[in-house]
Amino acid sequence: MSFFLETLVGGLLAGVMYSLVAIGFVLIYKASGIFNFAQGSMVLFAALAFVTLREAGWGFVPALLVTLVVMVAGAIAIERFVLRALIGQSDLTLFMATLGLSFVIEGLAQLFMGASVHELNLGIDDIPIEVGPILVSQFDLLAAVTAGALVISLSLFFNFTRIGISLRAIADDPLAAQSIGIRLPTLWRIVWGVAGLVALVAGLLWGARQGVQFSLTLVVLKALPVLIIGGFTSIGGAIVGGLLIGASESLAEIYLGDLLGGSVSTWFAYVVALAFLLIRPAGLFGDRAIERV
Amino acid sequence: MTALAAPAPTQTVEHPDVLRRWRAGPLAIAGLVAAFYALGFVVHDYWFNAILIPFLIMALAGLGLNLLTGYAGQASLGTGAFMSVGAFATYNVLLRLPDLPLPVSLVIGGLFGALAGVIFGLPSLRIKGFYLTASTLAAQFFLPWLFNQYGWFSNYTTSGSISAPKLVFLGADLSTPLGRYLLTLTSVVILTWLAWNLVTSQVGRNWMAIRDMDTAAAVAGIPIAFNKLASFAISSFIIAIAGALWAFAYLGTVDARSFDLDRSFTVLFIIIIGGMGSIAGAFIGSAFVILVPILISNVSANLFAGAIDAGQSENLQKILFGALIVYFLIKEPNGLYALLLRARRRLALWPLKS
Repeated sequence: MSFFLETLVGGLLAGVMYSLVAIGFVLIYKASGIFNFAQGSMVLFAALAFVTLREAGWGFVPALLVTLVVMVAGAIAIERFVLRALIGQSDLTLFMATLGLSFVIEGLAQLFMGASVHELNLGIDDIPIEVGPILVSQFDLLAAVTAGALVISLSLFFNFTRIGISLRAIADDPLAAQSIGIRLPTLWRIVWGVAGLVALVAGLLWGARQGVQFSLTLVVLKALPVLIIGGFTSIGGAIVGGLLIGASESLAEIYLGDLLGGSVSTWFAYVVALAFLLIRPAGLFGDRAIERV
Repeated sequence: MTALAAPAPTQTVEHPDVLRRWRAGPLAIAGLVAAFYALGFVVHDYWFNAILIPFLIMALAGLGLNLLTGYAGQASLGTGAFMSVGAFATYNVLLRLPDLPLPVSLVIGGLFGALAGVIFGLPSLRIKGFYLTASTLAAQFFLPWLFNQYGWFSNYTTSGSISAPKLVFLGADLSTPLGRYLLTLTSVVILTWLAWNLVTSQVGRNWMAIRDMDTAAAVAGIPIAFNKLASFAISSFIIAIAGALWAFAYLGTVDARSFDLDRSFTVLFIIIIGGMGSIAGAFIGSAFVILVPILISNVSANLFAGAIDAGQSENLQKILFGALIVYFLIKEPNGLYALLLRARRRLALWPLKS
């Protein structure tokens, strides 16, 4: 029983990581309807930039601030040179543009900062601590707390500030929002900047866990089933979806893996997402789309 | 209502329009096909292996995906998986039923691909858009895993990779570069002809109606479920044959990992860059995707010989390729095919109007 619990808790904590990446998606999807494939590259870019600065002898806080500035500058450049030119295009075109963007960001990251694996030490000892009958990784707990803090501050931001309320107006009806004077490009810049911040947090936590390397970009692929379960437009949904995927994936790896011959986790998340699609196509917290002729 | 309307000015259509037939079209296409056959007898082996064969096969895969995404409007990221089904099914048919002629084995491989397409296309009856890509992504992760995990599919080779059996048809050995080229070209010509007839028939029009608005199409009496599944089946059939050719006519030896997500993205690039919803678009896009990286690497090798190492030039290529994709999406969201149509119209009027 305690082994089951440990697997479950371990999976849930891994799910927190998925949620962190998925939040970045939800932000951009809500504001602009774009499924931003470049989010994974942004995670890699942020982590690589931070590690490179740290290895050059920078302190923790200056490195963090400079990386953040770079991410925001990148977001502004993306809005100016890519998104603004693509207003009104189909979803698939925008998706492909972010795919092209991810090539550019990955190429730039590796061109300037190398392709080797970097170790990232955030100064947290990863000593398992005992919680009741089970062992929990201290680092994972900290990641969960960080994610929680991020989600709470984001929800406060989006529910109580003027920018957040404009953002919700845009998500609801872009045309109506623009007609009452909400500036779409400004909001896009802000949202992509915040997504850059989320990417930085996710990159630091993932990078500290498995080393800063190219495989960080693959995290993006796990975010899609998370979004399908949680709904594309809900930050809370991204958290719940991430936890569900993380838990079911690690349980499946333990209990189904032997039966089927291992590495079930490469596809299991998608099968869970498929099952969800058949029962609840809009996800747990998503908006149900209604179509009229 | 009262005045007689002036004769409408001939409307120039901005979108690639399949219903427009070139008057000189059949002749031009026949000439092009003949030229491709003739090309086989004059060029060097390098051309077959590095350019012509991958170009044709990726164009075929793009054609298959274009039927599904460009005509029927169902987004898919499972192209690589359906290619792998074709490769592994054809391999097993060639291995276990060696008496069947090569084309029949290829068609059976394609039919298995169609079956996989229908199974993973089933969710399309309830969902669409990005939600549907999740279903095809499930195929993308599950099917190659399946072929890698269970040795039966690769006949228990230790590496899990499959090698081309001897490609023989009517006593002719097709294992030479020229033979593989002719096999590929013939398959592409036949399947393109079939696809062309399909999209200009009732089926193709039904698909386009569903793409443009499926609720309206249903109201107009088009059977939605049947047509969606048919588009998945036919598209996957073509993609599976492209996969079998990719494995046996191009690479020779493959394992399931060579049909990863990157392959799916490449094919998606092909139809976006070439032009969604046009047959020619798949070929133009494939030429772009195959030729541009070769061009970039040749240019950078000559320009900066020794100045930058291979890893850096690979990164530069990646940046340039990504930037080109974004640039083309901004400049011409309807693809290079639309650009060509526009150029042709301009040229037709050229001396009179710029």
